[in-house]
Amino acid sequence: MGKEIGMLVVSHVNDIANGLSKLLDQVAQDVTIKAIGGTEDGEVGTDYARIQEAMDSFEEDKVWAFYDLGSAKMNLEMAMESSDKEVRLFDTAFIESAYTAASLIQADVGEDAIVTQLDELKIKE
Amino acid sequence: MVEIESLKKWIELYGEKVTENKEHLNQLDSDIGDGDHGSNLTRGAAAVKEKVSESEYENLSDFFKDIGMTLVSKVGGASGPLYGSAFISMAKQAKESDDLAVLLEAGLDGIQKRGKAEAGEKTMVDEWIPVVEALKENNLTNKVIEDSLQKTKDMKATKGRASYLGDRSIGHIDPGAQSSAYLFESLLEAGVLNG
Repeated sequence: MGKEIGMLVVSHVNDIANGLSKLLDQVAQDVTIKAIGGTEDGEVGTDYARIQEAMDSFEEDKVWAFYDLGSAKMNLEMAMESSDKEVRLFDTAFIESAYTAASLIQADVGEDAIVTQLDELKIKE
Repeated sequence: MVEIESLKKWIELYGEKVTENKEHLNQLDSDIGDGDHGSNLTRGAAAVKEKVSESEYENLSDFFKDIGMTLVSKVGGASGPLYGSAFISMAKQAKESDDLAVLLEAGLDGIQKRGKAEAGEKTMVDEWIPVVEALKENNLTNKVIEDSLQKTKDMKATKGRASYLGDRSIGHIDPGAQSSAYLFESLLEAGVLNG
């Protein structure tokens, strides 16, 4: 556990989630980043159970969640309802906002300042 | 009051219907979405069948909860959390009521809470709302189910993946409304309302 906030990135495709995680690792070596993509059997989709498990497995109390498309959001919201973690869900451009968040968490920029920057990347309802 | 045995029959018939109509649901979904609605629900139905067939239920709530939790995990697409939320919401309601209209209304609330859809946005909600209304009046028929389904054709999608298409979504039946219609047709066929 390196930072106060951990990041959870959820995509419909496993390669996208893992690819994004790889990108984020470049700028955020000390931030815990967990990537969940696709369904259990490797198909395109999102899997509530794996999202829930990943969310609850953070050592950090605070988890910031980023997603690609709508059903990933619905599954994240379901997981949040039964999680003890303090989860914040971002309706922002997936790659850009996750990258911004990762680099700023790594740089110990204050939470509020990061959120303000992420607000500008809000593209989903 | 509803019996678990007839509800099991209902869910079994529903699984058969989505499986038989997998390609039709996929086609409706490729017209205005991503083309996997039939495949996703078929996968979910198989998982539900396995789960439910190996379990004995003493109460409605446990039965609905098993279905809901299986759907959210196994379906994959947006229909997973939506149908899953419906059944999980029905599971909660079943602790207080065994009236089908009350239960399905709770299911509808679960869907709307999860998907944030209102009437007229060309979603499964446009099938659920008239069906729940008809159930409350003891008046659910295949005609209510079919008429509500056909009405989604002229709607313009403003929620979900189909909303990306804007006006081009008009003229297509909503796939979620179609699979919901199968759910309610199965309800009539299973004789749940006669019990």
